[in-house]
Amino acid sequence: MNLALVIVIQVLYAMASLVIISAGLAVIFGIMKVINLAHGEFMMLGAYATIGAIRLGLSLWVAMFVIAPIAVGLVGVVLERLVIRRLYGRMVDTMLATWGLSLLLVGVVTSIAGNTTAGVSAPLGSFSIGTYSLSGYTPVIIAVAVALALVIRWVLMRTQLGLIARGTMQNPDMANALGISPSLVYSVTFAVGAALSGLAGGLLAPITGVVPTMGAAFVAKAFITVIGGGPAILAGLVSASALFGAINQLATFVTTPVFGEVALLVAAIVMLRLLPQGITGRFFKGSL
Amino acid sequence: MSAALSFGIGIALLLGLPGVLDDYTLIQITIYAVMSILGVSLGFIWGFGGILCFGQAAFFGLGSYTYAIAVMNMGDSTMPFLLAIAVPAVFAMILGYVIFYGRLSDVYMGVITLTVTLILFNLINSTAGPEWKIGSAALGGFNGIPAIPTLNVPGQPDNVLSPKGLFDLTFVCLLVVYLGLRMLISSKIGRVIVAAKENEQRVLLLGYDARAYKLFSFTLGGAIAGLAGCLFANWGAFTSPTIFGLAQSAQIIIWVIVGGLGTLVGPIVGCVAIQWLTMQIGTQQIFNSNLVLGAILVVFVLLVPRGIVPSLGSLAEWTYGRLRRRKASSSMPAARAGAAPAMAAAEEST
Amino acid sequence: MTPVIETRNLNVHFGGVHATRDVNFKVAEAELRCVIGPNGAGKSTFFKLLTGQVKPTSGQILFRGQDISDMQPHEPGRLGIGIKTQVPSLFNGLSVWENIWLSARRVNTAEQSERITRQTLERVGMTAYRDTIAGLLAHGLRQWVEIGVVIAADPPLILLDEPAAGMSDAEVARTAELILEINRQHALVVVEHDMNFIRMIAKKVTVLHQGAIIKEDMPDRIMSDPLVQQIYLGKKPH
Repeated sequence: MNLALVIVIQVLYAMASLVIISAGLAVIFGIMKVINLAHGEFMMLGAYATIGAIRLGLSLWVAMFVIAPIAVGLVGVVLERLVIRRLYGRMVDTMLATWGLSLLLVGVVTSIAGNTTAGVSAPLGSFSIGTYSLSGYTPVIIAVAVALALVIRWVLMRTQLGLIARGTMQNPDMANALGISPSLVYSVTFAVGAALSGLAGGLLAPITGVVPTMGAAFVAKAFITVIGGGPAILAGLVSASALFGAINQLATFVTTPVFGEVALLVAAIVMLRLLPQGITGRFFKGSL
Repeated sequence: MSAALSFGIGIALLLGLPGVLDDYTLIQITIYAVMSILGVSLGFIWGFGGILCFGQAAFFGLGSYTYAIAVMNMGDSTMPFLLAIAVPAVFAMILGYVIFYGRLSDVYMGVITLTVTLILFNLINSTAGPEWKIGSAALGGFNGIPAIPTLNVPGQPDNVLSPKGLFDLTFVCLLVVYLGLRMLISSKIGRVIVAAKENEQRVLLLGYDARAYKLFSFTLGGAIAGLAGCLFANWGAFTSPTIFGLAQSAQIIIWVIVGGLGTLVGPIVGCVAIQWLTMQIGTQQIFNSNLVLGAILVVFVLLVPRGIVPSLGSLAEWTYGRLRRRKASSSMPAARAGAAPAMAAAEEST
Repeated sequence: MTPVIETRNLNVHFGGVHATRDVNFKVAEAELRCVIGPNGAGKSTFFKLLTGQVKPTSGQILFRGQDISDMQPHEPGRLGIGIKTQVPSLFNGLSVWENIWLSARRVNTAEQSERITRQTLERVGMTAYRDTIAGLLAHGLRQWVEIGVVIAADPPLILLDEPAAGMSDAEVARTAELILEINRQHALVVVEHDMNFIRMIAKKVTVLHQGAIIKEDMPDRIMSDPLVQQIYLGKKPH
């Protein structure tokens, strides 16, 4: 009974992790159709920003929820202006340029911070369920993921920004006709996506070793989740995270963490073969 | 540059360099040639086939691991050499079938090939324990496989290749691959492959099964990358999972973009340039190689999207054209404008 | 005689729209048929059904008696249906010669292809442009190149979607001549808008309205038909 509960929590945790690490990419890809291969590095910057803020004396929570997103959001604005906006419509070139940016960011951070692993310990200690001990941070991640999904939903449905974003997504020319500059929308969207990635990095700082190359481990999973999710930003994000997170965690229980990762990747390939448009290309069509 | 010229240069280098350089330098040049073969494999499938594979390193790695495992089990290297080409080719064929016959778009191609590379990396990286072996070859996990036996003359397991011998073999392979691809591109199959990249809808309407042509290109690309992998394993007598890493795949893409997409010589030029540059960077402390490579990739995508070779080719044409323009009448439209895409560039340059 | 192309009770639904309604359509070998209809009549959809770009919801499409309703995109071309789409679809980076050669080469040997490509260039009047890159040509010339590409493979049936679109009067007349010449040995189905063009080439016309065939007859009778006039011009029949 306790084991079942623990498994459920771990599965929810895996799903929540995917939501968190993919949210930024989902926003950027969903609204701008830009494949940002520097996504992992935005997360890495968020993690470093968090550590930096803590060293300056700020609390972990402020560092994670305020400093990291703002810092990385600003980086996003700069990169969007300098590089991304020159490549709109050129999907492949965008992938290549953002891959270049990812290498560049790794190089810059390595030059500044060196190669050694930095870190910060997970807050909130641990708690037990029966004979099993779980990190107190786990429920935090789950809660944040849920909150994030709700906030995204609220912004998209109830704010002017969200409405404009959805409109531009459907039809950039129409946005122009309404006097809204699509390029401004894109700048803001990219910044928001970057900020979300920074937040993800901050959230991950207590649980992974923070190294300039940490982004690589997350890029593929985030991609797969976003593309597997399909065109609807939120419904795609949540459904794909649920599916892949469950597969990952259950496979890990049955075998090893390495095979858990492999299972996720294989499941993604199989799923894309069956549903080339992603989950929300076929199901939950027309949802947010 | 015409094919004949490139080939001539190649032969000259093959015959001339060993006489001029010592063994140590020959070994340095050999790795350039090995990586050039790898670069050409991507340059072909991408520049001519329109297939942007983010995981070409997967086939490279499979080639090196297949050779290592096979030669350590079999003793004689002839079969391992062939397997090192065949195994990645079969893998490419299966993967290609899933992607092309599933009608997935370019974007997904990139993600899936990236994912496959990661799967291979993850799997092989975790095989460090002694229980992980195929026959008598331990996989070694993140430690890699050391002391890989060198290629020998077929049938004579003790007669292994010297550094000069490996140099010769590698160069010959590069020339054979280059010439073979040149011939393929001007054949009917090659022309359909290029046309499918140009306009897949029209190729289908003409009655050609574009999927089969793409599968063919992709499989061939995998085979060539596998060959490079085998030669790589011989060069360093070592292979490890980093060969499956994103970094390696990124490098190959950078070589092709910098050198010139849509040419066969471009990837070679790009590969040599970047490898040389990486070595130079390695000797100083200020700039990190990731930083420089990343910056190069960004700059090239933004400013020199066609790469070195076509840009130089256009510059030459433009200069030549200006010299001639005084005579030519201005009413004739320029038949092959400088902006000519892949096919024209492929025919005129290399 | 088996029709070269036939549809039986062909229907297609897109979401809530019944775009093609119960269409029974037959064209004989070497016949020239025009398909007309006002905007929204479903001409494009019908064309795409014939080419296989759209799959029917129900009903059949038969090419020389063979069911082609559910094929891979390359199969109509392979079977002998030549297709020219509404938006010219050529290999823009290749020369005119190479465009036509690729089509000829699929069904001929290398030597024959040289000869056939040359002949096709003559037939469509593009010999002077053989080395020009297709993407650089003016619109009218591109249409002719595309017609050349289609006929180079000698298909028994040719489907043309608005071959005269965007052409000057002189070009339209030339295109009409070309189509009639092609018709001597190939069946053609021409979807068109331009009434003048129809008059130049048509012997039998099929009129579509809201996805269904409302009349099939000779051009003069079609033009003077009150129902046709109404759907095109909004005139009430007296």
